[in-house]
Amino acid sequence: MRAMSEAPRLEMRGVEKRFGALVALSGVDLVVEAGEVHALIGQNGAGKSTLMKVLAGAVAADAGALRIDGAPYAPRGPADAIAAGVAMVYQELNLAPDLTVAQNLVLGRESSRLGWLRAAPDRARVERVLAVLARPELAPDRRVAELDPGARQLVEIGRALAFDARLVVLDEPTSSLSAAETSTLYGVIERLRADGVSIVYISHFLEEVKRVADRYTVLRDGATVAVGAVRDASVGSLVEAMVGRRLDEAYPPRPPSARGAPLLALDGLAGEPLPSQVSLTLHRGEVLGLAGLVGAGRTELLRAVFGLAPVRAGTVRVAGVEDRGRPTPARVRQGLGMVSEDRKEEGLALARSVAENLTLSSARPFSRGGWVRPAARDACAQRYIDALSIKTRGPAQPAGELSGGNQQKIAIARLLHQDADVLLLDEPTRGVDVGSKVEIYRLIGELAAKGKAVLVVSSYLPELLGVCDRIAVMHRGRLGPARPAAEWTEGALLDEATRGAA
Amino acid sequence: MKERLRASLDVAGPLLGLLVVIVLFGVLAPDRFLSAYNLKTVLTQTVIVGLGAVGMTYVMIAGGIDLSIGSVIALASVVTAVLLRDGHGPLVALAGGVATGAAAGALNGLLVTRLGIVPFIVTLGTMGVARGVAKWLADEQTVRADAGWLGGLMTKTPDPAWLLLAKGVWIALGLAALMTLVLRRTVLGVHVFAVGSNEATARLCGVPVERVKLAVYTIAGVFAGLAGVLQFGRLTVGDPTTAIGLELDVIAAVVIGGASLSGGRGSITGALLGAFFMSVLANGCTLTGVPTYVQQILVGVIIVTAVALDRLRRR
Repeated sequence: MRAMSEAPRLEMRGVEKRFGALVALSGVDLVVEAGEVHALIGQNGAGKSTLMKVLAGAVAADAGALRIDGAPYAPRGPADAIAAGVAMVYQELNLAPDLTVAQNLVLGRESSRLGWLRAAPDRARVERVLAVLARPELAPDRRVAELDPGARQLVEIGRALAFDARLVVLDEPTSSLSAAETSTLYGVIERLRADGVSIVYISHFLEEVKRVADRYTVLRDGATVAVGAVRDASVGSLVEAMVGRRLDEAYPPRPPSARGAPLLALDGLAGEPLPSQVSLTLHRGEVLGLAGLVGAGRTELLRAVFGLAPVRAGTVRVAGVEDRGRPTPARVRQGLGMVSEDRKEEGLALARSVAENLTLSSARPFSRGGWVRPAARDACAQRYIDALSIKTRGPAQPAGELSGGNQQKIAIARLLHQDADVLLLDEPTRGVDVGSKVEIYRLIGELAAKGKAVLVVSSYLPELLGVCDRIAVMHRGRLGPARPAAEWTEGALLDEATRGAA
Repeated sequence: MKERLRASLDVAGPLLGLLVVIVLFGVLAPDRFLSAYNLKTVLTQTVIVGLGAVGMTYVMIAGGIDLSIGSVIALASVVTAVLLRDGHGPLVALAGGVATGAAAGALNGLLVTRLGIVPFIVTLGTMGVARGVAKWLADEQTVRADAGWLGGLMTKTPDPAWLLLAKGVWIALGLAALMTLVLRRTVLGVHVFAVGSNEATARLCGVPVERVKLAVYTIAGVFAGLAGVLQFGRLTVGDPTTAIGLELDVIAAVVIGGASLSGGRGSITGALLGAFFMSVLANGCTLTGVPTYVQQILVGVIIVTAVALDRLRRR
């Protein structure tokens, strides 16, 4: 029998998780030793986030076993994870901006007696943590709201230190850090490793992985595909493992579409704060793909073009008319339409009917003098329901009751209804089942064949390669040159996304 | 159709509550409560809150709130009285009262959209401002004036008699029907629901969100202004201290009628039923000698129960 001390710090075996028809994890193994920095890598959508949510107790696995230091571990919530010594440092920050650095560091774990705070032990803990971080801007009494994003990220990491965590998960920790802050982070990681703390290090930046991690696990399509020591692996071999050879997905053949006149041209466009520099030309009959890492600024680019976010510099030219940013209603009148990446929060009004969601972009076909004819509206909605085979009881059903794929079809059909010429699609197939995906691809092809211009943001590279005419890569706010899809490979896209254009 | 059924269930709650109190007081005080005269009385008493509730329904469906309604009613009643006192005709006084409400509502809308301050705070501020302006205009007294035909709008026995109910009741019902149509059958109505249901989606679809918000607060102001004119008609004096706290009755009526404080849901029919329900309760309690404090406790319990039942039903 193995002694307790020899058991790995974390052992996840055969973890499976599905969301409806979507398989997120299909048998993942992850083993992290004590005092080890373990890199967890994989493309967007490979299942890293879901796996970490299982570890944090935010999502319950359908199958599989977890052990921490040899003891079975089945978290039913974040509190269980904290009690087991698991600390999560997420990309999106989980700090209370109105509280001070010190208050945030001990939040939820304040020392108290009979409900009254005890200052001394907390102050000692805070001082110990801040001494490790050794950043002058992290004064204990400063409000977190006053800190820049990088310093906030360090506070979040400091929280893991304050809790004496045995296992710390760092999700893209350097994405918002400056060079100096990054070196502070590396120092903190060194210190944790020396203290025997284990770290799961999630990053898209493979050079960074090479530098800080001891071992790695590669996830692809919800399964573990490679495990090994970092010093034995090259960046090239890691990319290969992430991309892999996958089953050919059904990308329906595109109907022929002739590339016509330019419809949308961006010149040196910059947003607040991202993107920093984008120039591109989108033609009639063209599908242009935007690849890049999450956080590279692709969504922000679409929002700035569509008037949902401010334009800091540069120009937008729609069908020959140049401007420096216009509000959304004006963009809609110009023939632009957008599908949001966040279907639940922004894409649809889930409580409202299918018909209302389909037709919210334009009431013109079924209204006169501001009055709506409901029968005409429902008939109008029914046409899209039929054309896109949206599975619903009818136009009056609340949109929130439909499956993800059918909801997404509504969001796209809304642009058809609006008769948009320029379609801005942000992750159009996220959270959508395979069948609906294929239908969405077919629809994009048909739209291009009709002379529409389509701009697709996707983090799923095979999809971009399968549906786009040209693809450009965004890296830290800058857009590289658009090249024909045939000239790209997944490896080349991933390489430019992580390192920037050569 | 499941959707149809669900829509009709939305007003079933307040309707059922109304039937229960009518049956209850009908049994307890059959001769006094169930008389035609008493019905006229209760309906007339509902007019002011009911008109306020029509406007508030728009604001709340769009995800906002208007706390200034009571004060705006007082201000409009004072403006109406002042205009009459200064020798203007009843029609001018009516228009002046309604315009005052519209201006106050538009101010609320502008402050909410231009300054981006949450509606609760904006209208908490204008609640005080409108009340203060009313007292200033009225010199901190009631303003006496010859009401002309405005005084006849709220008499329980209308002239001509074939109207059966006070003219104010018919005005309120007619406008409620019109505003129901506007809410259900116009582009503006669709946009009001869309903004309250998911503002981000509305923006994404190119809905002019700011204009929609400006519209709903202005509508609420117009109805508060009209309620103020009728309040003047009822009292036949302009009273700057009238309708204090009335906004809470209005909000209660709208909420009992099935609206959600977070927006996206609500109906004018429900809100009117809610307003009538509260009037009937108050009237019945008075007739059966139930003390006012019991009434207040009852209304409080009913508001919370109505919303709790509604949530339960939606799960």
